[in-house]
Amino acid sequence: MTSEVQGPPGRRSPAAAAVEWVGERVLEAGRAFVGVLALGGSVGRWAIRPPFRVESLFAQFDFVGVGSVVIVALTGLFTGMVFATQSWSAFERFGAESLVGPTVAITITRELAPVLSALMITMRAGSATCTELGTMRVTEQVDALETMAVSPVQYLLVPRVLAGMFMGPLLAMLFDTAGVFGGFTIAVLVKGLSVGTFVLRTQDIVGPDDVVEGLVKAAVFGLVVMLIACYRGYYASGGAKGVGQATTRAMVSSAVAVFILDYFLGLFFHG
Amino acid sequence: MTGRRSMIEVRGLVRSFGEHQVLTGVDLEVAEGTTSVILGGSGSGKTVLIKHVIGLLKPDRGEVLIEGEDIVPLGDRELERVRRKFGMVFQGSALFDSMSVYENVAFPLREHTRLTEAEIRQRVAEKLALVDLHGIEEKYPADLSGGMRKRVGLARAIVRDPKIVLYDEPTTGLDPITTDYVDDMILTAKKKLGVTSVVISHDVASAFKVADRIAFLSDGKIVEHAPPAELRRSTHPVVQRFLSTWFGKN
Repeated sequence: MTSEVQGPPGRRSPAAAAVEWVGERVLEAGRAFVGVLALGGSVGRWAIRPPFRVESLFAQFDFVGVGSVVIVALTGLFTGMVFATQSWSAFERFGAESLVGPTVAITITRELAPVLSALMITMRAGSATCTELGTMRVTEQVDALETMAVSPVQYLLVPRVLAGMFMGPLLAMLFDTAGVFGGFTIAVLVKGLSVGTFVLRTQDIVGPDDVVEGLVKAAVFGLVVMLIACYRGYYASGGAKGVGQATTRAMVSSAVAVFILDYFLGLFFHG
Repeated sequence: MTGRRSMIEVRGLVRSFGEHQVLTGVDLEVAEGTTSVILGGSGSGKTVLIKHVIGLLKPDRGEVLIEGEDIVPLGDRELERVRRKFGMVFQGSALFDSMSVYENVAFPLREHTRLTEAEIRQRVAEKLALVDLHGIEEKYPADLSGGMRKRVGLARAIVRDPKIVLYDEPTTGLDPITTDYVDDMILTAKKKLGVTSVVISHDVASAFKVADRIAFLSDGKIVEHAPPAELRRSTHPVVQRFLSTWFGKN
Protein backbone atom coordinates (compact mmCIF):
# COMPACT_ATOMS: atom_id res chain seq x y z
CA MET A 1 0.00 0.00 0.00
CA THR A 2 2.77 2.35 0.87
CA SER A 3 4.24 2.05 -2.64
CA GLU A 4 1.08 3.68 -4.06
CA VAL A 5 1.48 6.65 -1.75
CA GLN A 6 5.21 7.17 -2.24
CA GLY A 7 5.38 6.52 -5.99
CA PRO A 8 8.32 4.97 -7.77
CA PRO A 9 11.74 5.57 -6.22
CA GLY A 10 13.56 8.69 -7.51
CA ARG A 11 10.40 10.48 -8.70
CA ARG A 12 8.83 13.43 -6.92
CA SER A 13 5.25 14.51 -6.89
CA PRO A 14 4.40 17.57 -9.05
CA ALA A 15 3.52 19.49 -5.87
CA ALA A 16 6.95 18.83 -4.35
CA ALA A 17 8.63 19.84 -7.61
CA ALA A 18 6.57 23.06 -7.73
CA VAL A 19 7.46 23.91 -4.11
CA GLU A 20 11.12 23.24 -4.84
CA TRP A 21 10.97 25.40 -7.99
CA VAL A 22 9.38 28.29 -6.10
CA GLY A 23 11.85 27.88 -3.24
CA GLU A 24 14.83 27.99 -5.59
CA ARG A 25 13.48 31.15 -7.26
CA VAL A 26 12.91 32.83 -3.89
CA LEU A 27 16.43 31.91 -2.74
CA GLU A 28 17.89 33.17 -6.02
CA ALA A 29 15.97 36.45 -5.67
CA GLY A 30 17.17 36.78 -2.07
CA ARG A 31 20.79 36.13 -3.09
CA ALA A 32 20.52 38.67 -5.92
CA PHE A 33 18.99 41.25 -3.57
CA VAL A 34 21.83 40.84 -1.07
CA GLY A 35 24.37 40.83 -3.92
CA VAL A 36 23.01 44.07 -5.39
CA LEU A 37 23.07 45.71 -1.95
CA ALA A 38 26.65 44.58 -1.35
CA LEU A 39 27.76 45.80 -4.76
CA GLY A 40 25.94 49.08 -4.16
CA GLY A 41 27.92 49.51 -0.92
CA SER A 42 31.14 48.78 -2.77
CA VAL A 43 30.25 51.28 -5.52
CA GLY A 44 29.50 53.88 -2.83
CA ARG A 45 32.86 53.33 -1.13
CA TRP A 46 34.84 53.48 -4.38
CA ALA A 47 32.90 56.55 -5.59
CA ILE A 48 34.38 58.71 -2.84
CA ARG A 49 37.96 57.46 -3.21
CA PRO A 50 40.44 59.07 -5.58
CA PRO A 51 41.24 58.92 -8.43
CA PHE A 52 38.00 60.53 -9.61
CA ARG A 53 37.48 59.46 -13.19
CA VAL A 54 35.70 62.55 -14.48
CA GLU A 55 36.28 61.69 -18.13
CA SER A 56 34.72 58.23 -17.75
CA LEU A 57 31.84 59.76 -15.80
CA PHE A 58 31.06 62.25 -18.56
CA ALA A 59 31.36 59.51 -21.18
CA GLN A 60 28.68 57.59 -19.28
CA PHE A 61 26.56 60.74 -18.86
CA ASP A 62 26.72 61.01 -22.62
CA PHE A 63 25.86 57.35 -23.17
CA VAL A 64 23.09 57.02 -20.58
CA GLY A 65 21.72 60.56 -20.77
CA VAL A 66 22.38 62.22 -24.11
CA GLY A 67 22.00 58.92 -25.95
CA SER A 68 18.52 58.45 -24.48
CA VAL A 69 17.22 61.94 -25.27
CA VAL A 70 15.35 61.06 -28.47
CA ILE A 71 13.77 57.86 -27.18
CA VAL A 72 12.68 59.51 -23.90
CA ALA A 73 11.32 62.61 -25.66
CA LEU A 74 9.34 60.48 -28.10
CA THR A 75 8.01 58.22 -25.34
CA GLY A 76 7.06 61.29 -23.27
CA LEU A 77 5.36 63.04 -26.17
CA PHE A 78 3.20 60.09 -27.14
CA THR A 79 2.46 59.14 -23.53
CA GLY A 80 1.16 62.68 -22.94
CA MET A 81 -0.89 62.57 -26.14
CA VAL A 82 -2.41 59.17 -25.33
CA PHE A 83 -3.15 60.18 -21.77
CA ALA A 84 -4.80 63.45 -22.85
CA THR A 85 -6.90 61.66 -25.46
CA GLN A 86 -8.13 59.06 -22.97
CA SER A 87 -8.76 61.50 -20.13
CA TRP A 88 -10.57 63.90 -22.51
CA SER A 89 -12.99 61.16 -23.54
CA ALA A 90 -13.65 60.38 -19.86
CA PHE A 91 -13.87 63.97 -18.57
CA GLU A 92 -16.12 65.31 -21.36
CA ARG A 93 -18.92 63.04 -20.10
CA PHE A 94 -19.33 65.25 -17.07
CA GLY A 95 -17.99 68.51 -18.49
CA ALA A 96 -14.62 68.45 -16.74
CA GLU A 97 -12.42 68.86 -19.83
CA SER A 98 -10.54 71.69 -18.11
CA LEU A 99 -8.99 69.07 -15.78
CA VAL A 100 -7.23 67.29 -18.61
CA GLY A 101 -4.13 69.51 -18.29
CA PRO A 102 -3.53 69.00 -14.55
CA THR A 103 -4.44 65.32 -14.77
CA VAL A 104 -1.88 64.72 -17.48
CA ALA A 105 0.72 66.89 -15.73
CA ILE A 106 0.33 65.29 -12.29
CA THR A 107 0.34 61.74 -13.61
CA ILE A 108 3.33 62.37 -15.79
CA THR A 109 5.46 64.28 -13.30
CA ARG A 110 4.77 62.00 -10.34
CA GLU A 111 4.61 58.59 -11.97
CA LEU A 112 4.95 58.14 -15.69
CA ALA A 113 8.08 60.23 -16.25
CA PRO A 114 10.25 58.50 -13.62
CA VAL A 115 8.91 55.02 -14.34
CA LEU A 116 8.99 55.14 -18.12
CA SER A 117 12.32 57.02 -18.23
CA ALA A 118 13.79 54.32 -16.00
CA LEU A 119 12.44 51.62 -18.30
CA MET A 120 13.97 53.42 -21.29
CA ILE A 121 17.32 53.62 -19.46
CA THR A 122 17.01 49.93 -18.62
CA MET A 123 16.31 48.88 -22.18
CA ARG A 124 18.84 51.12 -23.85
CA ALA A 125 21.73 51.70 -21.45
CA GLY A 126 21.15 48.87 -18.94
CA SER A 127 21.13 46.12 -21.57
CA ALA A 128 24.28 47.49 -23.24
CA THR A 129 26.01 47.91 -19.88
CA CYS A 130 25.18 44.39 -18.76
CA THR A 131 26.34 42.87 -22.03
CA GLU A 132 29.55 44.92 -22.08
CA LEU A 133 30.49 44.08 -18.49
CA GLY A 134 29.50 40.44 -18.94
CA THR A 135 31.68 40.12 -22.03
CA MET A 136 34.55 41.79 -20.19
CA ARG A 137 34.09 39.34 -17.32
CA VAL A 138 34.06 36.16 -19.42
CA THR A 139 37.02 37.31 -21.53
CA GLU A 140 39.03 38.03 -18.35
CA GLN A 141 39.22 41.79 -19.03
CA VAL A 142 37.85 42.42 -15.52
CA ASP A 143 40.57 40.17 -14.05
CA ALA A 144 43.13 42.02 -16.19
CA LEU A 145 42.07 45.32 -14.59
CA GLU A 146 42.52 43.83 -11.13
CA THR A 147 45.95 42.43 -11.93
CA MET A 148 46.94 45.91 -13.11
CA ALA A 149 46.00 47.22 -9.65
CA VAL A 150 42.95 49.04 -10.98
CA SER A 151 39.68 48.48 -9.15
CA PRO A 152 37.09 47.26 -11.69
CA VAL A 153 34.36 48.56 -9.38
CA GLN A 154 35.83 52.04 -9.46
CA TYR A 155 36.86 52.00 -13.11
CA LEU A 156 33.82 50.32 -14.64
CA LEU A 157 30.90 50.44 -12.24
CA VAL A 158 31.08 53.79 -10.45
CA PRO A 159 30.71 55.94 -13.63
CA ARG A 160 27.83 53.80 -14.90
CA VAL A 161 25.85 53.79 -11.66
CA LEU A 162 26.40 57.52 -11.07
CA ALA A 163 25.33 58.20 -14.66
CA GLY A 164 22.06 56.37 -13.97
CA MET A 165 21.50 58.35 -10.79
CA PHE A 166 22.24 61.78 -12.32
CA MET A 167 20.78 61.25 -15.77
CA GLY A 168 17.55 59.67 -14.47
CA PRO A 169 16.14 62.99 -13.16
CA LEU A 170 17.31 64.92 -16.24
CA LEU A 171 15.61 62.44 -18.54
CA ALA A 172 12.51 62.55 -16.33
CA MET A 173 12.46 66.35 -16.71
CA LEU A 174 12.65 65.90 -20.46
CA PHE A 175 9.84 63.36 -20.24
CA ASP A 176 7.79 65.84 -18.14
CA THR A 177 8.25 68.55 -20.75
CA ALA A 178 7.51 66.32 -23.73
CA GLY A 179 4.56 64.67 -21.96
CA VAL A 180 2.87 67.91 -20.91
CA PHE A 181 3.50 69.29 -24.39
CA GLY A 182 1.87 66.15 -25.84
CA GLY A 183 -1.14 66.67 -23.55
CA PHE A 184 -1.26 70.34 -24.54
CA THR A 185 -1.19 69.40 -28.22
CA ILE A 186 -4.21 67.11 -27.90
CA ALA A 187 -6.24 69.24 -25.45
CA VAL A 188 -5.61 72.62 -27.08
CA LEU A 189 -4.74 72.03 -30.71
CA VAL A 190 -6.89 68.97 -31.40
CA LYS A 191 -9.81 69.21 -28.97
CA GLY A 192 -10.02 73.02 -28.88
CA LEU A 193 -9.50 73.74 -25.15
CA SER A 194 -8.28 77.30 -24.61
CA VAL A 195 -4.59 77.81 -23.87
CA GLY A 196 -5.46 79.85 -20.78
CA THR A 197 -7.64 77.12 -19.30
CA PHE A 198 -5.03 74.45 -19.89
CA VAL A 199 -2.19 76.51 -18.41
CA LEU A 200 -4.04 78.11 -15.47
CA ARG A 201 -5.76 74.91 -14.33
CA THR A 202 -2.44 73.08 -14.53
CA GLN A 203 -0.69 75.84 -12.55
CA ASP A 204 -3.46 75.77 -9.93
CA ILE A 205 -3.26 72.07 -9.25
CA VAL A 206 0.28 70.97 -10.06
CA GLY A 207 2.95 72.20 -7.64
CA PRO A 208 6.72 71.95 -7.35
CA ASP A 209 6.27 69.04 -4.90
CA ASP A 210 4.84 66.91 -7.70
CA VAL A 211 7.85 67.59 -9.90
CA VAL A 212 10.31 67.01 -7.05
CA GLU A 213 8.63 63.71 -6.17
CA GLY A 214 9.10 62.54 -9.76
CA LEU A 215 12.72 63.64 -9.87
CA VAL A 216 13.60 61.90 -6.60
CA LYS A 217 11.99 58.73 -7.90
CA ALA A 218 13.86 59.07 -11.19
CA ALA A 219 17.20 59.38 -9.35
CA VAL A 220 16.47 56.26 -7.28
CA PHE A 221 15.24 54.29 -10.30
CA GLY A 222 18.20 55.38 -12.42
CA LEU A 223 20.64 54.30 -9.73
CA VAL A 224 18.90 50.97 -9.12
CA VAL A 225 18.46 49.91 -12.76
CA MET A 226 22.09 50.67 -13.58
CA LEU A 227 23.24 48.93 -10.41
CA ILE A 228 21.25 45.82 -11.32
CA ALA A 229 22.65 45.88 -14.87
CA CYS A 230 26.16 46.21 -13.44
CA TYR A 231 25.57 43.42 -10.91
CA ARG A 232 24.31 40.97 -13.52
CA GLY A 233 27.07 41.81 -15.99
CA TYR A 234 29.88 41.97 -13.45
CA TYR A 235 29.11 38.51 -12.10
CA ALA A 236 28.23 36.92 -15.46
CA SER A 237 29.77 33.54 -16.24
CA GLY A 238 29.47 30.78 -18.78
CA GLY A 239 30.52 32.42 -22.05
CA ALA A 240 28.17 34.00 -24.59
CA LYS A 241 25.17 32.06 -23.31
CA GLY A 242 25.84 33.19 -19.75
CA VAL A 243 26.11 36.83 -20.84
CA GLY A 244 22.78 36.52 -22.69
CA GLN A 245 21.12 35.04 -19.61
CA ALA A 246 22.62 37.74 -17.41
CA THR A 247 21.22 40.44 -19.69
CA THR A 248 17.75 38.89 -19.69
CA ARG A 249 17.82 38.67 -15.90
CA ALA A 250 19.02 42.26 -15.66
CA MET A 251 16.16 43.52 -17.82
CA VAL A 252 13.48 41.57 -15.98
CA SER A 253 14.73 42.31 -12.47
CA SER A 254 15.27 46.01 -13.27
CA ALA A 255 11.70 46.41 -14.56
CA VAL A 256 10.24 44.57 -11.57
CA ALA A 257 12.42 46.57 -9.16
CA VAL A 258 11.19 49.86 -10.66
CA PHE A 259 7.53 48.97 -10.11
CA ILE A 260 8.10 47.66 -6.58
CA LEU A 261 10.18 50.70 -5.62
CA ASP A 262 7.57 52.98 -7.17
CA TYR A 263 4.99 51.61 -4.77
CA PHE A 264 7.19 52.11 -1.71
CA LEU A 265 8.32 55.58 -2.78
CA GLY A 266 4.66 56.44 -3.36
CA LEU A 267 3.98 55.36 0.24
CA PHE A 268 6.91 57.49 1.38
CA PHE A 269 5.56 60.62 -0.33
CA HIS A 270 1.84 60.08 0.24
CA GLY A 271 1.52 57.36 2.89
CA MET B 1 66.63 26.44 -4.37
CA THR B 2 69.27 28.43 -6.18
CA GLY B 3 70.45 30.51 -3.24
CA ARG B 4 68.66 33.59 -4.54
CA ARG B 5 66.02 35.19 -2.35
CA SER B 6 62.50 33.88 -2.59
CA MET B 7 60.13 36.10 -4.60
CA ILE B 8 56.99 33.96 -4.33
CA GLU B 9 56.29 31.47 -1.59
CA VAL B 10 53.09 29.45 -1.31
CA ARG B 11 52.55 27.46 1.90
CA GLY B 12 49.85 24.85 2.51
CA LEU B 13 47.35 26.43 0.09
CA VAL B 14 43.91 24.83 0.26
CA ARG B 15 40.94 25.97 -1.81
CA SER B 16 37.57 24.37 -2.51
CA PHE B 17 34.72 25.37 -4.79
CA GLY B 18 31.57 23.94 -3.22
CA GLU B 19 32.22 20.27 -2.52
CA HIS B 20 35.16 20.10 -4.91
CA GLN B 21 38.58 20.60 -3.34
CA VAL B 22 40.79 21.97 -6.12
CA LEU B 23 43.94 22.74 -4.15
CA THR B 24 44.67 20.34 -1.32
CA GLY B 25 47.85 21.82 0.14
CA VAL B 26 50.13 23.48 -2.38
CA ASP B 27 53.69 24.36 -1.39
CA LEU B 28 55.77 26.26 -3.92
CA GLU B 29 58.77 28.58 -3.86
CA VAL B 30 59.96 30.68 -6.79
CA ALA B 31 63.34 32.40 -6.56
CA GLU B 32 63.99 35.91 -7.80
CA GLY B 33 64.87 36.19 -11.48
CA THR B 34 63.95 32.60 -12.32
CA THR B 35 61.23 31.07 -14.46
CA SER B 36 59.08 28.37 -12.92
CA VAL B 37 56.59 26.50 -15.06
CA ILE B 38 53.61 24.92 -13.33
CA LEU B 39 52.72 21.90 -15.36
CA GLY B 40 49.59 19.85 -15.00
CA GLY B 41 46.60 18.47 -16.81
CA SER B 42 43.46 20.41 -17.70
CA GLY B 43 41.34 21.06 -14.63
CA SER B 44 44.23 20.36 -12.24
CA GLY B 45 43.89 23.80 -10.62
CA LYS B 46 46.81 25.62 -12.27
CA THR B 47 44.82 28.77 -13.03
CA VAL B 48 43.25 28.70 -9.56
CA LEU B 49 46.77 28.57 -8.10
CA ILE B 50 48.05 31.50 -10.16
CA LYS B 51 44.97 33.57 -9.26
CA HIS B 52 45.85 33.04 -5.59
CA VAL B 53 49.41 34.20 -6.24
CA ILE B 54 48.14 37.57 -7.50
CA GLY B 55 45.36 37.82 -4.93
CA LEU B 56 42.40 37.43 -7.30
CA LEU B 57 41.20 34.53 -5.12
CA LYS B 58 41.42 33.99 -1.37
CA PRO B 59 42.33 30.53 -0.09
CA ASP B 60 40.40 28.53 2.49
CA ARG B 61 43.74 27.95 4.25
CA GLY B 62 47.38 28.67 3.64
CA GLU B 63 49.74 31.55 2.94
CA VAL B 64 50.91 33.34 -0.19
CA LEU B 65 54.07 35.36 0.41
CA ILE B 66 55.23 37.92 -2.13
CA GLU B 67 58.72 39.17 -1.26
CA GLY B 68 58.09 37.83 2.23
CA GLU B 69 54.71 39.56 2.74
CA ASP B 70 51.64 37.36 3.23
CA ILE B 71 48.99 38.78 0.88
CA VAL B 72 46.11 36.55 2.04
CA PRO B 73 44.88 38.86 4.84
CA LEU B 74 45.35 42.06 2.80
CA GLY B 75 42.42 44.30 1.85
CA ASP B 76 41.73 45.85 -1.56
CA ARG B 77 44.01 48.83 -1.07
CA GLU B 78 47.01 46.80 0.14
CA LEU B 79 46.46 44.23 -2.61
CA GLU B 80 46.62 47.01 -5.20
CA ARG B 81 50.05 47.95 -3.83
CA VAL B 82 51.24 44.33 -4.09
CA ARG B 83 49.76 43.88 -7.57
CA ARG B 84 51.87 46.73 -8.88
CA LYS B 85 54.78 44.30 -8.63
CA PHE B 86 53.05 42.01 -11.14
CA GLY B 87 52.32 41.79 -14.81
CA MET B 88 50.03 39.08 -16.08
CA VAL B 89 49.55 37.56 -19.51
CA PHE B 90 46.15 35.92 -19.85
CA GLN B 91 45.24 32.78 -21.76
CA GLY B 92 42.89 34.74 -24.05
CA SER B 93 45.11 37.86 -23.86
CA ALA B 94 42.32 39.83 -22.09
CA LEU B 95 43.09 42.96 -24.10
CA PHE B 96 40.49 45.72 -23.69
CA ASP B 97 38.60 45.43 -26.94
CA SER B 98 37.31 49.00 -26.78
CA MET B 99 40.89 50.32 -26.84
CA SER B 100 43.56 50.34 -29.53
CA VAL B 101 46.82 48.43 -29.10
CA TYR B 102 48.53 51.67 -28.05
CA GLU B 103 45.88 52.47 -25.46
CA ASN B 104 46.02 48.91 -24.13
CA VAL B 105 49.78 48.96 -23.60
CA ALA B 106 49.71 52.53 -22.30
CA PHE B 107 46.91 51.75 -19.82
CA PRO B 108 49.07 50.68 -16.82
CA LEU B 109 51.33 53.70 -17.35
CA ARG B 110 48.38 56.09 -17.43
CA GLU B 111 46.96 54.52 -14.28
CA HIS B 112 50.08 54.34 -12.16
CA THR B 113 52.64 56.85 -13.40
CA ARG B 114 52.84 60.57 -14.05
CA LEU B 115 54.70 60.17 -17.34
CA THR B 116 54.02 62.68 -20.10
CA GLU B 117 52.25 61.50 -23.25
CA ALA B 118 55.57 61.65 -25.15
CA GLU B 119 57.24 59.44 -22.53
CA ILE B 120 54.32 57.02 -22.59
CA ARG B 121 54.49 56.84 -26.38
CA GLN B 122 58.22 56.10 -26.21
CA ARG B 123 57.78 53.41 -23.54
CA VAL B 124 54.95 51.74 -25.46
CA ALA B 125 56.97 51.68 -28.69
CA GLU B 126 59.94 50.22 -26.78
CA LYS B 127 57.91 47.37 -25.29
CA LEU B 128 56.11 46.62 -28.55
CA ALA B 129 59.52 46.44 -30.25
CA LEU B 130 60.69 44.03 -27.54
CA VAL B 131 57.92 41.63 -28.55
CA ASP B 132 58.70 42.34 -32.21
CA LEU B 133 55.58 44.29 -33.06
CA HIS B 134 55.83 47.45 -35.14
CA GLY B 135 53.28 49.84 -36.63
CA ILE B 136 50.21 48.25 -35.08
CA GLU B 137 49.58 50.86 -32.39
CA GLU B 138 46.37 52.12 -33.94
CA LYS B 139 44.89 48.66 -34.60
CA TYR B 140 42.25 47.15 -32.33
CA PRO B 141 42.52 43.70 -30.70
CA ALA B 142 39.83 42.33 -33.04
CA ASP B 143 42.12 43.14 -36.01
CA LEU B 144 45.00 41.00 -34.64
CA SER B 145 45.83 37.30 -34.88
CA GLY B 146 45.92 35.16 -31.72
CA GLY B 147 49.72 35.25 -31.60
CA MET B 148 49.85 39.01 -32.02
CA ARG B 149 47.29 39.48 -29.25
CA LYS B 150 49.45 37.32 -26.95
CA ARG B 151 52.45 39.50 -27.72
CA VAL B 152 50.50 42.72 -27.13
CA GLY B 153 49.32 41.14 -23.85
CA LEU B 154 52.96 40.52 -22.93
CA ALA B 155 53.93 44.09 -23.89
CA ARG B 156 51.15 45.39 -21.63
CA ALA B 157 52.25 43.07 -18.81
CA ILE B 158 55.86 44.28 -18.88
CA VAL B 159 55.34 47.95 -19.75
CA ARG B 160 55.84 49.05 -16.12
CA ASP B 161 58.86 46.78 -15.67
CA PRO B 162 57.22 44.56 -13.05
CA LYS B 163 59.24 42.31 -10.78
CA ILE B 164 57.04 39.29 -11.47
CA VAL B 165 55.26 38.22 -14.67
CA LEU B 166 52.58 35.52 -14.57
CA TYR B 167 51.69 33.70 -17.77
CA ASP B 168 48.40 31.78 -17.92
CA GLU B 169 48.62 29.16 -20.68
CA PRO B 170 50.57 31.46 -22.99
CA THR B 171 50.89 28.95 -25.84
CA THR B 172 47.46 27.31 -25.75
CA GLY B 173 45.73 27.40 -29.10
CA LEU B 174 48.76 28.66 -31.03
CA ASP B 175 50.43 26.98 -34.00
CA PRO B 176 53.96 25.51 -33.41
CA ILE B 177 55.80 28.45 -34.97
CA THR B 178 53.87 31.04 -32.97
CA THR B 179 54.30 28.88 -29.86
CA ASP B 180 58.05 28.94 -30.41
CA TYR B 181 57.87 32.69 -30.86
CA VAL B 182 55.95 33.17 -27.60
CA ASP B 183 58.49 30.97 -25.80
CA ASP B 184 61.25 33.21 -27.12
CA MET B 185 59.33 36.24 -25.85
CA ILE B 186 59.23 34.74 -22.35
CA LEU B 187 62.95 34.08 -22.46
CA THR B 188 63.61 37.60 -23.80
CA ALA B 189 61.53 39.18 -21.01
CA LYS B 190 63.53 37.25 -18.44
CA LYS B 191 66.90 38.00 -20.01
CA LYS B 192 66.37 41.70 -20.78
CA LEU B 193 64.20 42.68 -17.83
CA GLY B 194 65.38 40.17 -15.23
CA VAL B 195 61.82 39.38 -14.17
CA THR B 196 60.70 36.46 -12.06
CA SER B 197 58.26 34.44 -14.15
CA VAL B 198 55.61 31.87 -13.36
CA VAL B 199 54.18 30.10 -16.38
CA ILE B 200 51.04 27.97 -16.19
CA SER B 201 51.06 25.40 -18.96
CA HIS B 202 50.26 21.90 -20.10
CA ASP B 203 52.64 22.24 -23.02
CA VAL B 204 55.62 20.00 -22.15
CA ALA B 205 57.85 21.24 -24.98
CA SER B 206 57.37 24.90 -24.02
CA ALA B 207 57.90 24.09 -20.36
CA PHE B 208 61.24 22.43 -21.01
CA LYS B 209 62.32 25.32 -23.22
CA VAL B 210 61.57 28.23 -20.89
CA ALA B 211 61.74 26.80 -17.36
CA ASP B 212 64.53 27.00 -14.80
CA ARG B 213 62.36 24.77 -12.64
CA ILE B 214 59.17 22.87 -13.37
CA ALA B 215 56.52 22.26 -10.72
CA PHE B 216 54.06 19.48 -11.42
CA LEU B 217 50.54 19.94 -10.05
CA SER B 218 48.51 16.79 -9.50
CA ASP B 219 45.57 16.07 -7.18
CA GLY B 220 45.72 19.63 -5.88
CA LYS B 221 49.37 19.37 -4.75
CA ILE B 222 52.79 20.09 -6.20
CA VAL B 223 54.19 16.56 -6.49
CA GLU B 224 57.52 17.55 -8.08
CA HIS B 225 59.42 20.84 -8.32
CA ALA B 226 62.77 20.46 -9.97
CA PRO B 227 64.95 21.63 -12.86
CA PRO B 228 63.77 20.17 -16.20
CA ALA B 229 66.57 17.61 -16.44
CA GLU B 230 65.77 16.31 -12.94
CA LEU B 231 62.04 16.22 -13.62
CA ARG B 232 62.63 13.87 -16.55
CA ARG B 233 64.02 11.37 -14.06
CA SER B 234 60.99 11.66 -11.78
CA THR B 235 59.56 8.37 -10.57
CA HIS B 236 56.13 9.83 -9.80
CA PRO B 237 53.68 7.85 -11.96
CA VAL B 238 51.51 10.83 -13.01
CA VAL B 239 54.59 12.87 -13.94
CA GLN B 240 56.05 9.96 -15.87
CA ARG B 241 52.80 9.44 -17.73
CA PHE B 242 52.43 13.15 -18.51
CA LEU B 243 56.00 13.50 -19.79
CA SER B 244 55.76 10.30 -21.82
CA THR B 245 53.17 12.01 -24.03
CA TRP B 246 56.00 14.20 -25.28
CA PHE B 247 59.22 12.24 -24.71
CA GLY B 248 57.85 8.77 -25.42
CA LYS B 249 57.59 5.83 -23.05
CA ASN B 250 61.34 5.35 -22.76
